Amino acid sequence: MSNWMEEKLHDSGFVEKSSETIDGDIATLNLGPTHPATHGIFQNVLKVDGEKILSSEQTVGYIHRAFEKLAERRPYNQITPITDRLNYCSSPINNMGWEMTVEKLIGAEIPKRVEYMRVIIMELARIADHLVCNSVIGVDTGALTGFTYVFQEREKIYELYEEVCGARLTTNIGRIGGFERDFSPTFYKKLDNFLKTFPKVFNEFDSLLSRNRIFMDRTIGAGPISAQRALDYSFVGPNLRAAGVDYDVRVMNPYSSYEDFDFIVPVGTQGDTYDRFQVRQEEIRQSLRIIEQAYKNLPEGSYKADIPEFYLPPKEEVYNNMEALIYHFKIVMGETPIPAGEVYHSVEGGNGELGYYLISDGGRSPYRLQFRRPCFIYYQAYPEMITGQNISDAVLTLSSMNVIAGELDA
Amino acid sequence: MKSNLTNEQVAERLQKQFGEHIKSVETPYDFLTIEVDAAKLYDIIFWLKTDSELQISFLTNLGGVHYPDNEGREFAIVYHLQSMVNNFRLRLKAFVSKENTEVDSIVDIYAGANWMERETFDFYGITFNGHPDMRRILNEDSMDYFPMRKEYHLEDATREDKDDRFFGR
Amino acid sequence: MGKIEDLQVINGEGYQLSSLEKVVASARANSVWPLPFATSCCGIEYMATMGSNYDLARFGMERMSFSPRQADLLIVAGTISKKLAPVLKQVYEQMAEPKWVLSVGACASSGGIFDTYSVLQGIDRVIPVDVYVPGCPPRPEQIIDGIMKIHEMVKHESLRRRYSDEYKSLLNSYNIENNEE
Repeated sequence: MSNWMEEKLHDSGFVEKSSETIDGDIATLNLGPTHPATHGIFQNVLKVDGEKILSSEQTVGYIHRAFEKLAERRPYNQITPITDRLNYCSSPINNMGWEMTVEKLIGAEIPKRVEYMRVIIMELARIADHLVCNSVIGVDTGALTGFTYVFQEREKIYELYEEVCGARLTTNIGRIGGFERDFSPTFYKKLDNFLKTFPKVFNEFDSLLSRNRIFMDRTIGAGPISAQRALDYSFVGPNLRAAGVDYDVRVMNPYSSYEDFDFIVPVGTQGDTYDRFQVRQEEIRQSLRIIEQAYKNLPEGSYKADIPEFYLPPKEEVYNNMEALIYHFKIVMGETPIPAGEVYHSVEGGNGELGYYLISDGGRSPYRLQFRRPCFIYYQAYPEMITGQNISDAVLTLSSMNVIAGELDA
Repeated sequence: MKSNLTNEQVAERLQKQFGEHIKSVETPYDFLTIEVDAAKLYDIIFWLKTDSELQISFLTNLGGVHYPDNEGREFAIVYHLQSMVNNFRLRLKAFVSKENTEVDSIVDIYAGANWMERETFDFYGITFNGHPDMRRILNEDSMDYFPMRKEYHLEDATREDKDDRFFGR
Repeated sequence: MGKIEDLQVINGEGYQLSSLEKVVASARANSVWPLPFATSCCGIEYMATMGSNYDLARFGMERMSFSPRQADLLIVAGTISKKLAPVLKQVYEQMAEPKWVLSVGACASSGGIFDTYSVLQGIDRVIPVDVYVPGCPPRPEQIIDGIMKIHEMVKHESLRRRYSDEYKSLLNSYNIENNEE
């Protein structure tokens, strides 16, 4: 700058004034509740010094819909639509977790075919959930292409759900005791098509981001957490596996014949955003393996359990048989003979261990139903993960933790 | 995966260590459920975490239940713990009465209990002594009742457009 | 293609006659910038509508504006709880005229299946709504149908709407200050 300009600046006092106000000031930045980068509604108030975050405070509860109180009013088979809306990116897993909880309570025997069918649907849901999370990490780093590729594949998964239950997103799939109908021939055709074409598209999506220099530079070291702190905060699911602990409910407490399948549980090292991304990518590949195994070995048998008091009998019998008519009436009115007792069942959801703690007093609706929601529990660790990082890293960490607002607030 | 501990083993060790503070031992659906004295909760959970044989060091869930008909034991706080090393799950229950709904907080043992205790406070009004930030989490701060208690309705009490006669309530 | 008789060749660039309202309305309708206020499951269906299968970009709505001042259409997709209602009202007030509101899903329109103590039974309790799209969640085709109806409204709207008495009294009934005094 020429001397003339410098003199002018100093005369006006601009340089002294601005350096006074900029140095040493801690600003409070409000990230949310409505913010393009927080995928969901939760508020973070950050105290920043320039770009570095010093501390933060969360407010949640902006979509509190009182699921647990609602469940105390509804009969058991009407609670399945509520469970849909917990982690709505992978609602079949929530539905089946609930159905398995009730089946555990009533002590029902489930045919092998139903269990394999459930595994296929649950793994499809897991693929859908991880695809959303990973493509959204891409969007937050500025890579919008992966998002459009991936959502096209999710449409194929939605078509598979539609063949089984008729709905795309909030599926209400399955019944207590199995499924409402067997898989149709169109389902098998679509599943074949999916298993053939999805790996190619997925590899293309992977090649965009996995070894991309820019992506790696942005995500490695963003929002790390050590395994010990993750265990203290009761982390589960891909977030815990990225930190280095190989805890997976499908392996530790297998349900629905998961012990018959051969798959590996990917584990990361540092617990940062890149590890979480890679753990989810690998889990998608393992889910594809499981679906292929279940599809090849799908056993013959019935698509429903033989529990006439809880599973609606077919219409022909209702019109002709007195017993079936009485069962139908009782099930629809909600007067099913559920025994009193308490049971805790958990499934490996898209975000980790989704648990259902059910206390029944023998009435038509649960006495107490508590959802053990992984998002709610691990989101507490967010301030610890972002302290000392930049604001843009905080945004990336949030999207890589896959916090789904429905599961956070219930 | 097989578990390295059995229900009887764990129940026996707990009874040996804590004696009369263990009120009852049950196994509904093969899940060890132990009712403990609410005053000794902190010590029991700490001992379970640090014991080298049991290593029950992961807090799975924390919640409350309201039994309005039980005299003197209206509120239950239920802790689900598990041991990842030994693949074992355990449920602890502690009962408090509606006059004195206070228990000790376990935030020092498990950092993840922070929000779970706030949620239990928000829904049932059970206060946890020693919690760093005991306030509501999911509902608004201005709410003056505890919604999950059995005496309160599901629906909003202040709504004026829906007539209960037509909605079967 | 044969020769067209009586065709007059005009030297020069030619001109087109229309009314100012129609031109402005057509420009507005084909370049609505939405503000996706997506809270829950309907938000995921909205994202699917935005994706390449049910493309929203063909309507000129590809540029999602997350800043209220730059947005024309507030798309409320998902459940609004009582805790979030003041935020929603603030976002609506910050939007510049002209603005429209599309309520996507049963929860935003009327509270949906959640008739509970914490859910606002319909966003029309706090802000005026133009089009309601029912469904739980609505299929992307339904959301596009709602957007087409918004386009119809935009095309036939008077340029002086914000100064009309009817509009002012509507905003007053919601206790929203009209900035265009």
